[in-house]
Amino acid sequence: MITELGHFALVLGFAIAMVQTIVPMVGAHRGWRGWMAVGEPAALSQLILVGFSFAALMHAFIVSDFSLQLVALNSHSAKPMLYKISGTWGNHEGSMLLWLLILALFGAAAAWRGGNLPPALRARVLAVQAAVSVAFYAFILFTSNPFTRLAVPPLDGQDLNPLLQDPGLAFHPPFLYLGYVGLSMSFSFAVAALIGGKVDAAWARWVRPWTLAAWLFLTVGIALGSWWAYYELGWGGFWFWDPVENASFMPWLLAAALLHSAIVVEKREALKSWTILLAILAFGFSLLGTFIVRSGVLTSVHAFASDPTRGVFILAILGVFTGGALVLYALRAGAMEAKGVFSAVSRESALVLNNVLLAVAAFVVFIGTIWPLVAELAFDRTLSVGPPFFDAAFTPFFVGLALVLPVGAMLAWKRGDLARAARPLWPAALLAVALGGLAFALQTGRSALGPVGLALGAWVVAGAALDLWSRTGREGAAQRARRLLRLPRADWGKATAHAGLGVTIFGIAAMLAWQVEDIRVAQVGETYAVGGYDVTLREVAEVQGPNYVSTRAELLLARGGSEAVLYPEKRFYPVAGMPTTEAGIANGVWRDLYVVIGEEQAGGGWAVRTYVKPFANWIWGGAILMALGGAVSLTDRRLRVAAGARKAAAPRPVPAE
Amino acid sequence: MRRLLLVLALLWAGPALAVEPGEMLDDPALEARAREISKGLRCPVCRNESIDESNAELSRDLRLLLRERLLAGDSDAEAVAFITARYGEFVLLEPDRSGANLILWLAAPTVLLLGLGAGALAVRARSRAAPPEALSEHERARLEEIMKG
Repeated sequence: MITELGHFALVLGFAIAMVQTIVPMVGAHRGWRGWMAVGEPAALSQLILVGFSFAALMHAFIVSDFSLQLVALNSHSAKPMLYKISGTWGNHEGSMLLWLLILALFGAAAAWRGGNLPPALRARVLAVQAAVSVAFYAFILFTSNPFTRLAVPPLDGQDLNPLLQDPGLAFHPPFLYLGYVGLSMSFSFAVAALIGGKVDAAWARWVRPWTLAAWLFLTVGIALGSWWAYYELGWGGFWFWDPVENASFMPWLLAAALLHSAIVVEKREALKSWTILLAILAFGFSLLGTFIVRSGVLTSVHAFASDPTRGVFILAILGVFTGGALVLYALRAGAMEAKGVFSAVSRESALVLNNVLLAVAAFVVFIGTIWPLVAELAFDRTLSVGPPFFDAAFTPFFVGLALVLPVGAMLAWKRGDLARAARPLWPAALLAVALGGLAFALQTGRSALGPVGLALGAWVVAGAALDLWSRTGREGAAQRARRLLRLPRADWGKATAHAGLGVTIFGIAAMLAWQVEDIRVAQVGETYAVGGYDVTLREVAEVQGPNYVSTRAELLLARGGSEAVLYPEKRFYPVAGMPTTEAGIANGVWRDLYVVIGEEQAGGGWAVRTYVKPFANWIWGGAILMALGGAVSLTDRRLRVAAGARKAAAPRPVPAE
Repeated sequence: MRRLLLVLALLWAGPALAVEPGEMLDDPALEARAREISKGLRCPVCRNESIDESNAELSRDLRLLLRERLLAGDSDAEAVAFITARYGEFVLLEPDRSGANLILWLAAPTVLLLGLGAGALAVRARSRAAPPEALSEHERARLEEIMKG
């Protein structure tokens, strides 16, 4: 019964979304206030309806209602509760419903927070947002209905893919979707502005927080996915340039570019049409990402629910929205007149360079991702584009970004002076060179990757710190320290996010350059040395888990006085018939110890792989800093004051027209 | 003895876990070369995994084949050519730089140059543009009105 109500709520939401697409749009065009006002209650009721629908589906998963096809295919009564809940979105249909739920969430948030928007702009934003929703309602109801019942329910389910039964992956999709779908807000604002024909500083001020929120959720989602790959896939890699990873990385890069170009629109009223284009493209790439994952057109580890007919439907959504928006852009972008004037050396120019580098980097990822498809269709060549290509083609862009970032961040608006901006940065340059040289001297005969990564990371982090410090005036240190705490949160957010990028760059370089690997057959009780650690395989035992059997090893890793005991496992999930590896990891600030247990050998003993991964956690630590920087920036006074102004202005009577 | 090891390795049943200790060559330099090459070869039956990471049977066969070629005295390029001749260029994770693939390899530098050019043009346009015009007559009147009120 609850399930049917959920299904019905979804259909009702579909109808409301259609109304919300048309009525406010017509109202905004004709200037009818009543019609424009329809957007708000419609957006709120959509959220309630889709929310109820999602809750109904989750309820079916929690109570293991196997009369529902989706539950029977993706759940099992013996599964732990956390994975019953996360199983709701650990499959194609459920994840699309989650996508829709988040779309409705953002729409309702825009209705609720948008009190200070001009009514016509708000009506158009809500209408565009609803149009995207309509497409996804149709997609869910017509091609991937999660509420399909089975005539003969099975006694038990077929279990969730064991790889997905993991806390890291349980929360990876919601964050990723919050990011993907958050970009729909930027898209809706861009299209609404194109229709209305007006982009100004106020517009950019409304768009920025949405983009920032989307970007920070994407950051968290990508970091969670990469962290999961690191500990779950069993060889400690953290990024594979897999099509699905790229699918989330492209919107991230474009959102980062959009974030920066919207600053120029807000502060200087320039780069308007480029910003609009970026907003369209960023959401376009989110849709493309959905298409890549859902169609399985580019096969990858993640395509757990691939189906070509669904792919075509999403391709149509992608074509209609991105294509339509781009046509609108071509027709109307000419009307976006830039106002601000700036010289060639200025913060504006630095942000243009930032945008060029980020956008071209996104393009490189894009062409590498689709090239196998193009080569097969156009040149009849079946080939692969893997990590070696991306490493070679992509890395230079981030090296360039990291080099320019600290200087660009300190340049003055409008008319900057390169020498003056660079002067406070010399300690950072000195520190970077010194650390890089030290690392080069300490490591003998290894690649330059480690020292270069360290130098770049130090340059960016120290540059971010000096940027903050330079804003505190010229008085004594105590006075400056006090002022440091009173700096606007946007400044703190900027410095934190930039420092996070530096930390991640360093972490990636350090781990790749200085990792120690050992693969061997170890006898139980045997001790061997890896990277300065004495490793002892103590015992290997069979263990019974809630819905799996496991071969669990116990290893002791000792160095000097400190020691760690690790329990790597090799699990087998009988219902799904799948093995998984669970690495044993001792996390540390300076290094991770990472052990994987392999097969029992014919001549006795076990295959064991042992890694010492220096600075591994800095990769995700940097990502957390980036997201934190975004969050701090979102709480800036500027945005809170705008919210306060909205409350004060709300009761004002609406004049008749 | 080495042959025997290879044969034994081939006979093991069950899912292997990426590179197995038994597969590795005794000569560390040769083994390091084998690891480096196999990181650039794609497992033909997997989804985006190199044969170095993959657990598939076929990947193990390829790893052993590669090591056999290296033992037989092949250079890195010869060993890779031997495998691509049999499994197609699909197994190359780094696409070669021939024919249409040149588009792929040249895309990044070309688009970067275009982007920098477009950016420079945009910056130049903004730096030469006339500053926004002064207030119009109507705006000035309105401003005075506001200032008075």
